[in-house]
Amino acid sequence: MASVDTAVEPNDSAGSEPEIGGVRRRDFINVAAVSFGSVGVVATVFPLVNQMNPSADVLALSSIEVDISAIEPGQAIKSSWRKQPIFIRNLTEAEIEAANAVDLSGLRDPETLADRTQEGKENWLITLGVCTHLGCVPLGAAQGEVKGEYDGYFCPCHGSHYDTAGRTRKGPAPTNLEVPEYSFLSDTVVKIG
Amino acid sequence: MSFPWAQQYKPATEFGQWMDDRLPIGRMIYNSLGAGYPTPRNLNYMWNFGSLAGVFLVVQIVTGIILAMHYAANAAIAFDSVEHIMRDVNSGWMIRYAHANGASFFFIAIYLHIGRGLYYGSYKAPREMIWLLGVVIYLLAMATAFMGYVLPWGQMSFWGAKVITGLFEAIPLVGKPIQELLLGGFAPDNAALNRFFSLHYLLPFVIAGVIIMHIWALHIPGSNNPTGVNVKGPQDTVPFHPFYTAKDGWFLGLALMFFTAMMFFMPNALGHADNYIPANPLSTPAHIVPEWYFWPWYAILRAFTFDFLFVPAKLLGVLAMFSAILVWFFLPWLDKSPVRSGDYRPRFKKFFWFGLIPCIVVLGICGGAPAEEPYVMLSQLASAYYFAHFLIILPLLSRIEKPEPLPNSITEAVTGKPLEQAS
Repeated sequence: MASVDTAVEPNDSAGSEPEIGGVRRRDFINVAAVSFGSVGVVATVFPLVNQMNPSADVLALSSIEVDISAIEPGQAIKSSWRKQPIFIRNLTEAEIEAANAVDLSGLRDPETLADRTQEGKENWLITLGVCTHLGCVPLGAAQGEVKGEYDGYFCPCHGSHYDTAGRTRKGPAPTNLEVPEYSFLSDTVVKIG
Repeated sequence: MSFPWAQQYKPATEFGQWMDDRLPIGRMIYNSLGAGYPTPRNLNYMWNFGSLAGVFLVVQIVTGIILAMHYAANAAIAFDSVEHIMRDVNSGWMIRYAHANGASFFFIAIYLHIGRGLYYGSYKAPREMIWLLGVVIYLLAMATAFMGYVLPWGQMSFWGAKVITGLFEAIPLVGKPIQELLLGGFAPDNAALNRFFSLHYLLPFVIAGVIIMHIWALHIPGSNNPTGVNVKGPQDTVPFHPFYTAKDGWFLGLALMFFTAMMFFMPNALGHADNYIPANPLSTPAHIVPEWYFWPWYAILRAFTFDFLFVPAKLLGVLAMFSAILVWFFLPWLDKSPVRSGDYRPRFKKFFWFGLIPCIVVLGICGGAPAEEPYVMLSQLASAYYFAHFLIILPLLSRIEKPEPLPNSITEAVTGKPLEQAS
């Protein structure tokens, strides 16, 4: 009689175990064990990876309120929100007209000025000051800075030009300058975030 | 190690063959964890704690690397950065609790692993080197755990650092300069915090390196077993995989259940509330205690309350505490008994279960208790027994003890039949 001490010839079908269509019962155990293990691994790895995401204090809607009463038409200021620059520009009549005169079909990221501003406040263009190409801070918000070929913003690093509505017009930037969430608390104070 | 009957590595794929000719890493794994490593067939559950300790070291390294991404080793903001981890970082609370409780589980595994070695004589020839490397690993783990405990920069962290580095002050003449050198100042501060963080990050990798040598040395003679009898032939062994991979795997699942229960439902049970108070160099907590896994050694440190000849009590305590672990280095030569397993040593068995183990339990209780009677007297008695056990009882026992007859082979011990009939 065979005991644990005698050698047993290796046999993949594991003795007299019934085989149905080449599938053994052990295959089910193997698949079940691996699946169960995989779910456990994923459940363990998820928080270990998720911790890399912005933490709650970074994500916290740390909103800022900006007094815009001193910004004359044609002027812009830089502020900062979530550790990133914000451009707040008071567009002149001519700049608004220039922005509205652009044919949307020719744009890489078609948006009208009205899409990017609030109703009745079309002269206030509020965007993140972050080039959508690689994240540099474009020029054009401060006095005397180059505004680029379309009279909006210009990122000299890789040559992205933005028009008076902050839309990408030329160069590698794929999308328009991002418009953050904001609301006017009064005619002179805007709350960003 | 390769017994002649160890199965040979055969790459299953063409790529496996290509790899085996260039970097035989698959062969290495096969020969250490696969069917290429025949293991005694009678290993009991005490042999599961080595792999378990390995897993918990990996848990500590993974969670530790992550925590280091959010932690700031700066005395001004270290405490706040830990609170930031607990409150703001996604799953940060979980990763920190896994790390803090993982240390305890690592030490549980390592203590049972050491205890197994002590009882079954795993430190004896031809396995002395495995034992010596194991003691090195334990010392490194102690240093790592201590420096990790300092990092949150709470009250216990700060005063723990002050007390432990204060031990070095006990060294005659050069003690004070050495303490200042270790701390980079006169008391724990930014310099100390930074170097502790750096070393706390470094040492686990050193531990991993010594573990590789520990396992390398293990694979020369192969694993010991509960009978302590050498492997005599193929019938005494089973391939490591699938037999012990499955057993270790099932045991790991069980251990992780306890671990996660601890981590999720009582994460601070083993911690100390005072460490949630930011470090204050001007106010000592009423009662400074280390983590539970250092209690026995802390009790030995405090047991010396008297000066002896010209040696002050403080220095005696420090010397005793370090000697308590350093004595393990000499164990293979202190215990000369030719029989490895305690199962076959009637007197050793009694001294182990009714002497050493209760002695360490008493030391542990005293180390966690305040330094007042009766704990001082108890820790003095227990310390005396501790050293007597290693330095007097074990050498004497190995001379006078008459061991019980050993089985002729592992298989005979398992089946209860002489080898000829067991077929």
